Amino acid sequence: MTSNHRLSHLDQLESEAIYILREVAAQFERPALLFSGGKDSICLVHLALKAFRPGKFPFPLVHIDTGHNFDEALEFRDALAERIGEKLIVRYVQDSIDQGKAVEEKGKFPSRNAIQAVTLLDTIAEFKFDACIGGARRDEEKARAKERIFSVRDEFGSWDPKLQRPELWNIYNGKIHVGENVRVFPISNWTELDVWEYIRKEKIDLPSLYFSHQREIVWREELVFPVSKFISLDGNDKVETRTVRFRTVGDMTCTAAVESEANSVDDIIREIQVSRTTERGSRLDDKRSEAAMEERKKGGYF
Amino acid sequence: MDILRFITAGSVDDGKSTLIGRLLYDSKSIFQDQLEAIERAGQVNGQINLALLTDGLKAEREQGITIDVAYKYFSTPKRKFIIADAPGHVQYTRNMVTGASNSDLAIILIDARKGVIEQTYRHSYIVSLLRLPYVVVCVNKMDLVNFSEEVFLNIQKQYLEFAKDLDLKSIHFLPISALNGDNVVEASASMPWWKGKSLLHFLEEIEIHTEEESPAPRFPVQNVIRPQTTEYHDYRGYAGQIRSGHFTVGDSITVLPSGLTSKIKAIDTFDGPLTTAYAPMSVTIRLEDEIDVSRGDMLVVTGKEPVISQDLEAHICWMDQKVMTPGSKYLLRQTTNAVKASIRSLDYRVETSTHEKKEQTNLGLNEIGKVTIRTAKPIAYDPYSKIRGTGSFILVDEGTNQTVAAGMLL
Repeated sequence: MTSNHRLSHLDQLESEAIYILREVAAQFERPALLFSGGKDSICLVHLALKAFRPGKFPFPLVHIDTGHNFDEALEFRDALAERIGEKLIVRYVQDSIDQGKAVEEKGKFPSRNAIQAVTLLDTIAEFKFDACIGGARRDEEKARAKERIFSVRDEFGSWDPKLQRPELWNIYNGKIHVGENVRVFPISNWTELDVWEYIRKEKIDLPSLYFSHQREIVWREELVFPVSKFISLDGNDKVETRTVRFRTVGDMTCTAAVESEANSVDDIIREIQVSRTTERGSRLDDKRSEAAMEERKKGGYF
Repeated sequence: MDILRFITAGSVDDGKSTLIGRLLYDSKSIFQDQLEAIERAGQVNGQINLALLTDGLKAEREQGITIDVAYKYFSTPKRKFIIADAPGHVQYTRNMVTGASNSDLAIILIDARKGVIEQTYRHSYIVSLLRLPYVVVCVNKMDLVNFSEEVFLNIQKQYLEFAKDLDLKSIHFLPISALNGDNVVEASASMPWWKGKSLLHFLEEIEIHTEEESPAPRFPVQNVIRPQTTEYHDYRGYAGQIRSGHFTVGDSITVLPSGLTSKIKAIDTFDGPLTTAYAPMSVTIRLEDEIDVSRGDMLVVTGKEPVISQDLEAHICWMDQKVMTPGSKYLLRQTTNAVKASIRSLDYRVETSTHEKKEQTNLGLNEIGKVTIRTAKPIAYDPYSKIRGTGSFILVDEGTNQTVAAGMLL
């Protein structure tokens, strides 16, 4: 009886994530779940259903909309919130720009990734959120690999990698001073493959972007970029139609597609198993410097 | 497939980061863009610097040392691995304790040229204190001692001599060269005298002990789920993660510390009800009687109760700049409990490199000692040696909110 009573790795990861979500509910007054309509935050929502049903979520879903999102992701976001009957709060980077709080980048590859932090911090202040749950994973990037599951940010939203609290066993310390905020990452220990295997096991719906489709693209630094009204094309850019899918879904300006015929979760899992590049390899924002992610996190990015 | 969580420990420059880099590299868990990034960052002695894969912080890359625990992931068809890459410097002992607290196994690296050194003692002591079931001693840099079996056997003898005072249940030795990959993933051609497995093979094969088979079922309550909707008008479920053992519908339950009793009416999950649930599952338990149960309480099977007390004895590792002086008050968090606690006395401090017990008036950063603690309310616990999940705690300074100590109850 004992030998088949061993949880599989996915069940262990799921149980750990549910435990973390329930700790957030217990330890904080006003938490929020950061929800972008991407696969990791969709998994978080699914895990929250497992943690709190038949009760309601003890937090709203919050999306910081950069204005450069894919329509497919936004539609999916709204439909999911509607279907599960949970509250969705959306705040717009465009509003921060209009208010003069954030300044749009200039240059050939402008991105709203960094200024997203401005809107996020304003939203945290507006609703007095004391904890923000995010779908970041430690396998994504080397600065993330250093981050605790409960990651304390100061009143400026800043992360100090040298002053992290020791995190022992699964006893999480969510005590903070007024104005501070904790970013909580329940799927820290998951890899991209774990997420996809979980999506398969749980039959979780995803936006169509993740699956193979035809799209107009241009090549940028050997990456396949979707053509949209948010990127400026010049004479050197050659627009082509290719069969692509997205491994990660962020802004249209900084998320590259991969050429792929994978149009089912099984196909995608097979593709990732033999892939020689990381998911973040298609994010232009991480390629800016050796410490791009670390710098953004120090600036309040989640 | 299951998960093995392990920590790597060793002194600075013993090659921990290189070993992890090698494990990832040779098991083909490194991606092209990661490789290109570390290639761009420069080479060491004509080889790519695998250590850069784990040193994720700018300050770490600048100084070439590991400051904080980095978590790395890889899997083989047999197992998923979570590596806690802990720093070797004495001043980061607390980070090593952090990494060890969640691990099933420790890899302790020894530089073949230097043999067993003070840091080896210190790290082994911590591994023994945190009761990791397995220790793998990797004698690294065998290439720099001509792959000598004699050197390896001498270090093995030296280590076993010192480890006999420690509570290490299972110790294994391996001669390796992390830089060249000898015995890391593939068996080494340079050490034909070595008949054992490679490190990866060993990690894939060892049996992981979990607390699901514990005879003492423990369920600390995290939240009370009360939807108060028409459909679930009278629903009252206790959400939590089973720390050890099994719970079955119909089991007689005692709620601690109140001592109230009832029976399990249902074990609920989002995917439907269960008849039996076991560690480490996160479930929601409903009881037959309407009794007072809230976060911090523990459900146990009647007749298999843990210790309940306000007076605790424990080993603690001090993790704060501000020294611990007896009489100070802290918030103690154990399972889902948070109670005020005062340290009554420091019974002794342990010299981690010699295991000597010293009388001391206070405990400084990274020091380990035995203390007596009084809590404001009784807590239910098991000795750490029996159940890690209910015998561990942290102390939080209520002024700074910092986690200042890791504790293991006796």
